[in-house]
Amino acid sequence: MTPPVPSIERILPEVVLTLTGVAIMLIDASAPPSFPRRLLGWVAAVGTTIALWTSLWQLSLPEGTGFSSTVETSAFTVFFHVLICGIVLVAILLALDTLPEKSHHFGEFFALVVFGAVGMCLMTSAVELLVIFIALEISSLSTYILAAYRKHTGRSPEASIKYFLLGSFATAFLLYGIALVFGATGTTQIYEIAYRAPSAQNPALILAALALMLVGIFFKVSAAPFHVWTPDVYEGAPTPVVALLSTAPKVAAFAVLLRIVYEMFPALHSLWAPLLWIVSVLSMTVGNLAALRQKNVKRMLAYSSIAHAGYLLAAFAGTGELGISAAAFYAAAYAATNVGIFAVVSVIAGYDENLSLIDDFRGLVYRTPLLGGLLIFFLVSLTGIPFTGGFFGKFYTFSAAINGGAVALVIIGLLNSGLAAAYYLRLAFVAAQRPSPDQPSTPAPQIGAAVGAALGLAAVVTLILGVAPGATLDATQSAAHTLQAPPAPATTAATDPTLPTR
Amino acid sequence: MNSLDPSILSLILLAPLAGAILVALLPDRSGIPKWIALITTLVTFAFTLHLPAHFISGQSGFQFERNIPWIAEPAISYHVGVDGLSLWLVVLTGLLAPVGVLTSWNAIEKRRKVFYSLFLVQQTAMFGVFVSLDLMLYYGFWELSLVPMAILIAMYGRKEGPKAALKFFLFTFIPSAPLLVAILWLYARTGTFNFADLQLQTASGMLPAGALFWVALAFLFAFAVKVPVFPLHGWLADTYNEAPVALAMVVAGKLGLYSMLRFHVGLFPAQARAIAPLLIALAVIGVLYGACLALVQRDFWRLIAYAALSHLSLIVLGIYGLTPTGWSGAVYQILSHGVVDAAIFLLLGALEFRYASTVISSYGGIAAKLPRAATYFVIATLAMIGLPMLSGFVGEFIIFTSTFTGVSRGWAVAAALGVILSAAYMLSLVQRLFYGPQDTSPASQPVSDLRFGELAVLTPLVILMLVMGLSPSLWLNSIQTQPQPPQQNAVAVGAPGFVSETGESNAASLPPDPEAQP
Repeated sequence: MTPPVPSIERILPEVVLTLTGVAIMLIDASAPPSFPRRLLGWVAAVGTTIALWTSLWQLSLPEGTGFSSTVETSAFTVFFHVLICGIVLVAILLALDTLPEKSHHFGEFFALVVFGAVGMCLMTSAVELLVIFIALEISSLSTYILAAYRKHTGRSPEASIKYFLLGSFATAFLLYGIALVFGATGTTQIYEIAYRAPSAQNPALILAALALMLVGIFFKVSAAPFHVWTPDVYEGAPTPVVALLSTAPKVAAFAVLLRIVYEMFPALHSLWAPLLWIVSVLSMTVGNLAALRQKNVKRMLAYSSIAHAGYLLAAFAGTGELGISAAAFYAAAYAATNVGIFAVVSVIAGYDENLSLIDDFRGLVYRTPLLGGLLIFFLVSLTGIPFTGGFFGKFYTFSAAINGGAVALVIIGLLNSGLAAAYYLRLAFVAAQRPSPDQPSTPAPQIGAAVGAALGLAAVVTLILGVAPGATLDATQSAAHTLQAPPAPATTAATDPTLPTR
Repeated sequence: MNSLDPSILSLILLAPLAGAILVALLPDRSGIPKWIALITTLVTFAFTLHLPAHFISGQSGFQFERNIPWIAEPAISYHVGVDGLSLWLVVLTGLLAPVGVLTSWNAIEKRRKVFYSLFLVQQTAMFGVFVSLDLMLYYGFWELSLVPMAILIAMYGRKEGPKAALKFFLFTFIPSAPLLVAILWLYARTGTFNFADLQLQTASGMLPAGALFWVALAFLFAFAVKVPVFPLHGWLADTYNEAPVALAMVVAGKLGLYSMLRFHVGLFPAQARAIAPLLIALAVIGVLYGACLALVQRDFWRLIAYAALSHLSLIVLGIYGLTPTGWSGAVYQILSHGVVDAAIFLLLGALEFRYASTVISSYGGIAAKLPRAATYFVIATLAMIGLPMLSGFVGEFIIFTSTFTGVSRGWAVAAALGVILSAAYMLSLVQRLFYGPQDTSPASQPVSDLRFGELAVLTPLVILMLVMGLSPSLWLNSIQTQPQPPQQNAVAVGAPGFVSETGESNAASLPPDPEAQP
């Protein structure tokens, strides 16, 4: 029997990202002041791309765990790694062109984005509750700081503090839940918990643990009624950061949620399914109703992201693999669209956000047809019109829910998407309207190479998900399959982590 | 079998899309967008003419069919085909597209690239609705057809573009939410989106009748809003008032009516029979209500909108009489309405372009200055109110006869009142626009009569109205085709789409029960 060796290839993307982040910080600290700090952004972009490729490479590894059964590589983790790295890449490219030339702390900015990505990636691949918790903290701490990046405005630090306080509070819930699970089962390894939970001494403890952990996750995905921080944070934080904030951490948190409910507590389906049903309905209704009344584009999109968390939760009404793959697909479609629309908004509004109200977008199609067209395209995808990613996302989640028998949820969801069309398309139509004569003429924003690449990437992915979703669907299905059939909790796993446990 | 046959429908779908991309990529200089759009639409029209040329009348089922798997799970396929029901609607759409482009030739001056590329995308979506035989594909095109229309209304609206666009969009989008649920439910139960398979499944009685009632209702609701059927017509007047002329012309009515025939009556014959009395009543109310409102409008676009409500309701009456004769009459009337409405829109658009006013009272006596416009308008008006020898007569006549004999005399008489009213409002519109004193201010501006380009579009339309009125058999033959020996499951498939094979037998097998039920 070989001694347990850490299997570094199981966390290779995280390693690549960490090295990139450290390199950026070192270069930033040691390079002369004349050194163009913008290059650091390109370093971050290259590092993220490499991380993306290494996670794809992980597909060639046999499925299994590493580091004493704390991290896993499977189709599930690869899918979410690729998704998160893609989002982070778009956000970095976006920041490269939209952060002002004179701004300080370029190095820290990109390093923090990359470190955040480390945390998010680790969240999706960890199969040990404490590692999940640490990963969550890594990602949260970076995003707390990033939210405060526009510190001269006053609103940005306020957003950051609000996010930090409420976020820490929610993480405390999660940690408390983990502690209770440990109390009930004597372990924090997810496969072990799944094995031991049904025969636990004190089922009430498990129930309390599940509820507390769900609260922590709901906060992270900004599902109602844990959503109050979202609009303020989105409004205050710089838009490129919001592009990241509204997608990547949520995707990671949804991956954790999938793990918790489908892998850790599949037996408690009758308990968590109604809970998620309620939260889903609440989120979409509250999000859409509030978004209808917004005048600020970023606040509107913040409420819309709450509603989308609700649609995604509807997938959990589906049973087993169908629900998981629908949720994963929706996460991808939502992320591509949302990162795209925030990219458009940040280019249009500029770093100082002189144009932040819906009425400011009037005549956009006339001023810059390309940006206007992209804005409308992403809004159409968010609405869920066919031939865009948003449509197939909704289609699969609601199909999964119908298969799970939740017809009422689907009807509520689809009526909600009708409601949502009202505010998405109000923005789209205002952008398509002729500019009013008394409107101050603003110069058309320049689209640099990096932003162009970011926009192109988001738009192409959104379109591909809407026209040819087959490949992505296969990936989500194999991801769902690995989650649905976790390796048997064998004690050998602890002694020989490198051995594939299946 | 022609070598082009299997791919012709794909060509029809792709040509406008390719044109749209081309318009979007090339610069907006010296009228490039409109020329590309014109060429694209003419080529597409030529493609659509291939269909009737090679359509085999009397053959059952769909022709020019293509079925390619698109997504494995859920099993969505690219499945297209036409039959007697959709054949001429595709051709009509093809015909109206170049007409729409020529209508916008001078009227659209700003952002021509956006306009023409969205206009062409709209064409693809409409063709897609008519030829899709896979329910998800159909739903995709159905939703897609909303987007360009709504954006263009917002961009080119006369006064309150975004508001009207939003109204139009929500009115159609929200009912399609239950439609999607219904489609998904059908898929969850049957495992297929294929039209023909679903038709067999719904007829087989395997599905629970109670749930099927709601499913059919969801389908009907979405279509009824789109047509629109009274009392769901809230969006109509604002849309006609704000939409660019070319778009109002091409979308009017067709999509909803076709969908009713194919996917409500065709897919749920039993449920359609149950709900037919309600729709007949609503249709007759719509005929009279639309006509009465049209009588009192001050704005000519609104007048035309309510006139359309009245005429479209008549077609709904033809559909829900549930007789094969009524169905052919309905299809014929859709075609006629499309042609006549196009001419009327074109002429009113020309007037608006010249005088910059849509208020009827600001016109008067312009026949002296625009004799050609006046002549064409009078012909189109007469066709619209159903004068014999013009296209409007044939469809109305068939619908009324089938209602009179197959449904109920009372309803037929009530609906016929609508024809009298339509003569009243249309002739009074002619009188107020073109004749009478010419002392009002806008009409005193010197303007030119219809130009060559406008005449080049109007003359074929008017000739078409005459031909459609004189020899309807040219069309009716392929719409209903000759009856074939009745099949075993004649009742099960006794629905549009299969009119061709069971034409006569259906008349006997479908009980004209709406009279008996109330």
